[in-house]
Amino acid sequence: MLRKTFENEIRQLKDEIIVLGSMVEQSLLDAVESLKKRDTSASRKIIDHDRIINEKRFALENQVMIVIATQQPMAHDLRLLASLFEVISELERMGDYAKGIAIINVRMGNEALLKPLIDIPRMAQKSADMLHRALAAFVNEDAQSALAIPAEDDEIDLLYDQVYRELMTYVMADPRNIERANWLLWVAHNIERFADRVTNICERTAFVATGEYKETQASYDELGDTMK
Amino acid sequence: MVSPMNKIVIENLTLQYTDGTESLRNINLDIREKAITVLFGPAGGGKSSLLRCLNRLNDMADVKVAIGRILLDGENILDPKTDVISLRRKVGMVFARPVVLPLSIRGNLTYGLEVMGGSAKRRSKLDQAVERSLKQAALWDEVKDRLDDQAIALSGGQQQRLCLARSLALEPEVILLDEPTSGLDPISTAKVEASLQELKKNYTVILVPHSVQQAARTADYAAFFLQGELVEYGEGKTLFTTPQDKRTEDYVTGRFG
Repeated sequence: MLRKTFENEIRQLKDEIIVLGSMVEQSLLDAVESLKKRDTSASRKIIDHDRIINEKRFALENQVMIVIATQQPMAHDLRLLASLFEVISELERMGDYAKGIAIINVRMGNEALLKPLIDIPRMAQKSADMLHRALAAFVNEDAQSALAIPAEDDEIDLLYDQVYRELMTYVMADPRNIERANWLLWVAHNIERFADRVTNICERTAFVATGEYKETQASYDELGDTMK
Repeated sequence: MVSPMNKIVIENLTLQYTDGTESLRNINLDIREKAITVLFGPAGGGKSSLLRCLNRLNDMADVKVAIGRILLDGENILDPKTDVISLRRKVGMVFARPVVLPLSIRGNLTYGLEVMGGSAKRRSKLDQAVERSLKQAALWDEVKDRLDDQAIALSGGQQQRLCLARSLALEPEVILLDEPTSGLDPISTAKVEASLQELKKNYTVILVPHSVQQAARTADYAAFFLQGELVEYGEGKTLFTTPQDKRTEDYVTGRFG
């Protein structure tokens, strides 16, 4: 077996990616949950935990580099390892969005939520679920499943839109609500960005499997002025 | 955009040895001028046989049948009327193991020119050729102060670059290299590869690399040979990242060979 060592190393890297992904996924769900409960000590734990995600990111990158240096991969193997770099840094960034939500909760101090959270937890749940399936598709190199996921991002964008409109009604009713509305808008924005990065992972999966770059759809941010 | 010119066009080339084994089967391949074309694949795939056809070195092997044509600048070099001596002046060759002549460094480089005779023999011309070819082979700085030392005293890597310089001294148009760095350390290998990058500006370079990694590093164009068949040909930068044929993929990722 010529490739036994190499294939073991790849399997290990894929396992680690799943572990990192679960950490990020949990971080997002926890961040929204602690915001909902206004539990700032839980949020502080999430902020702290982000350091572990960052460390894991560098450890994983290092592992990828060692495999590249020692195995000098070609073709599909090269595409996979190069894509691992991107997926790792996407996950790290997604961890930062979760941390961002935790920071908002801490900064809000003793202020009550402007309104009970309904759509924001939905956005988080949906995004975490998309990430979960995107990573499964990535490690299985299943381009078909991966390319089906980005369309679901529309749902996130719709929820974001809804949150935005609702918060604006509060702002218009009373300008003293601006700050508290802004906090929540930032939370929704972080989740929206989180979900966008899932799309990048899906595009990478297709690249690993087929060697072709496919841009699946324009992200909410890229649409610019259609944002209302 | 100007499309690259073909220096060599190989048409339906089939090569059979006297014992009946086929070494190459119906090869069609265009070799671009002023670029590095890499012929790679597992041992026994026919890449060295093809290389040797390109300056008719197979004449001396036990080749039974050669069908097809190899056009160099439009002339079929397999034609029995081809002047093999002048063909080999145009198409130089460097082998896996350096074979230096038992002469000085300078002597190794001027020998061919002196044999050629004519104006090439003049001392000033010879000196020019020595300096030019040593510089092209990235060896000049290391030997310029000791050109009269015996060539055999050079290190393996230097000897290999001397052999490259020796073929360059004759100002060929095409340079064939058969695993030129297989016995060299990484530094010498890097030097030879760097000089190939320089050489391709003026010459057509055809290389049989000693590893897939070298193929990937050096190839402008790459041709993958397997059991006498040309499986895949394409630009190096695409062939090593997204090969089209499963057999190429399996070979470059180390699944066999």
